[in-house]
Amino acid sequence: MSVLVWTYIFVGVTFGLYLGIAWFSRVKDTRGFYVAGRGIPAFVNGMATGADWMSAASFLSMAGLVSTMGYAGGVYLMGWTGGFVLLALLLAPYLRKFGHFTVPDFIGDRYESSSARVVAVICAVFVSFVYVTGQMRGVGVVFARFLEVDINVGVVIGMTIVFVYATLGGMKGITWTQAAQYWVLITAFLVPAIAISYRLTGQPLPSIGMGSTLTGDGTYLLERLNQIHADLGFSSYTEPFANPAWHKLNVFCTTLALMVGTAGLPHVIVRFYTVRTVSAARWSAFWALLFIGMLYLTAPATAAFARYYMIQSLQGQATEDLPQWFRSWERTGLILWLDDGDDRLRYSNREDNEIFRSGGLTAAQLSEIRGEHERWLAGRPDGVEGRAVMRGLGLSGPDTDIIVLATPEMAGLFNWIIALVAAGGLAAALSTASGLLLVISSSVAHDLYFRIINPQASEAKRLVVGRTVIGLAVVVAGIFGIYPPAFVSQVVAFAFGLAASSFFPAILLGIFSRRVGTVPAVAGMIVGIGFTTFYIIGNVFLGMPAWLFGINAQGIGAVGMALNFAVAILLTPFFPPPSEAVQRIVENIREPEGVGPAAVIETAPEH
Amino acid sequence: MPSPPVPSKKPPPATKPPAIGRYWRANLRLMGILLAVWALAGLGAGVLFADYLNELGSLGGFPLGFWFAQQGSIIIFILLILIYAVAMNRLDARHHREMAEQSRGSSR
Repeated sequence: MSVLVWTYIFVGVTFGLYLGIAWFSRVKDTRGFYVAGRGIPAFVNGMATGADWMSAASFLSMAGLVSTMGYAGGVYLMGWTGGFVLLALLLAPYLRKFGHFTVPDFIGDRYESSSARVVAVICAVFVSFVYVTGQMRGVGVVFARFLEVDINVGVVIGMTIVFVYATLGGMKGITWTQAAQYWVLITAFLVPAIAISYRLTGQPLPSIGMGSTLTGDGTYLLERLNQIHADLGFSSYTEPFANPAWHKLNVFCTTLALMVGTAGLPHVIVRFYTVRTVSAARWSAFWALLFIGMLYLTAPATAAFARYYMIQSLQGQATEDLPQWFRSWERTGLILWLDDGDDRLRYSNREDNEIFRSGGLTAAQLSEIRGEHERWLAGRPDGVEGRAVMRGLGLSGPDTDIIVLATPEMAGLFNWIIALVAAGGLAAALSTASGLLLVISSSVAHDLYFRIINPQASEAKRLVVGRTVIGLAVVVAGIFGIYPPAFVSQVVAFAFGLAASSFFPAILLGIFSRRVGTVPAVAGMIVGIGFTTFYIIGNVFLGMPAWLFGINAQGIGAVGMALNFAVAILLTPFFPPPSEAVQRIVENIREPEGVGPAAVIETAPEH
Repeated sequence: MPSPPVPSKKPPPATKPPAIGRYWRANLRLMGILLAVWALAGLGAGVLFADYLNELGSLGGFPLGFWFAQQGSIIIFILLILIYAVAMNRLDARHHREMAEQSRGSSR
């Protein structure tokens, strides 16, 4: 059977499964809608958290980034897993004990301030929208490549599926669907990796295969990669800080910012509200990182295998010898070849490089560059060398997304394995999108509408508002997916920077200090957010140099976080401590369950 | 790294049973140790000392610093959360026992 038929089968079966789960887990009250009735077992919540966390970016882009960046790719691997240690030790159990619906809820109640609550709502909604747009786009791209439908049709199909199970089942539907999606995505990621690892090194376990010798060769894979990189003018694959853009301080700050940002992302935090007890919250953090680790330990191996395969199968080939996968991916613009006239493909990090990607260029712009390049080759005066143009545009080398999508084809794996990757990519994108949409819905419907605008709203009315907001959010996210605002890919760094510099310090101080009051906390948040926003906007959009010791936009959240902590702690002695009631809440969340006074009912609206 | 805030030096309020204070201090100690390992494994071995570790030796085909950055740190993170979950749930249970004994003692 062809890849296309297999893909239709896998996508059809998994989508049917998601809808079936949605029907069985529909809910009738806000507790079910926002926190799944707090009845999710730790093990299942771990799976759901894994799927929630592993987005289209983790599944499709991360291995490609590591593949291109070598050692420096570790910032994503360490950053996006290390954050779970902070989450498990510092936040999750206490927030579960506190027992609210959302993150702004905690900020608003702990600091007794509506303005703090509104700041938190704005951050949560902004972070989630930035993120969800990328997911919807990911759905469209997978559909377009594997099912040969228009990108926009793909986005609409994805939207419809999410719309059904998110409005019907709220958090409960989303949780059980995510648990199913976890298995789809992890299978789709591991099966090709294991097959390739075995083929290349004779080791079935990718994490071990990566450090093994190549079959029939005797050199270590990584050693061979370093050799190839040196020959082609790329910086070493395994040597730290070989690329001057990723100097030690920058790697340090980026890793830290991603870790802290991960711990502060609202759609991950709310997952810990859905379990029964504090002890279950701790266990589900363990299961979550174990399940996430399965992908994150495999991704660097896939990255190294793909790097090796790609260079080996392309370097020095003539037009008629090019592999089939190159032909099919050339059509998507993720990889393209501008020959210098000798009909031998050359991929390097020097001026003689001939491999590029189309990036944001339109088909018309691209064919113009190609036309001028042809004329240049023919020696005509109106010709322009396309390679120099592409280099000037920063489009050297293939698109990083191609690595996961095309590696099974590069390695010549079975058609059904290639199709499985499509279903996995969709599962990763849809599961993350639904988690984010729920955060948007609960921030607006619970924190803004119920807690600030209309506290008298009845249970039924709140459920209707929650459903309406999530429905609207799906539609808006879909529109962004169809017409992606150009800035979206650039502001993902912003999502982490913002989460790191706003939520994390505010929640941490809220739990571990009885003394920090409203003014210092809000001032800290505003300084942290303000500095991070200023630096990222200046650096990414206004061409400002990375003036602070060369730290890039992705790493600046670490500095924003430090500023937030510093301001809040320095101001604390000059302002009054929080009220008696809040101090009792803080006392209470520190105690293990089942002892001490019962939860402070009047301030803990778990209704 | 964000250092866990220092526990307040004041003795716990008189109304609080001392067991809560003991529980909280044990919790902070455990957290401090685990977070120190977290920082050493991830930001230390994976970033700050990665270049020295690469020089130092290798693990199979992996230079050591590179292995920490792409494999070792993640494995250690998973183990840290496992240790935390087991130790904290044990601490919770001990605290419950102490509280039960205390209330039996006071009712006698």
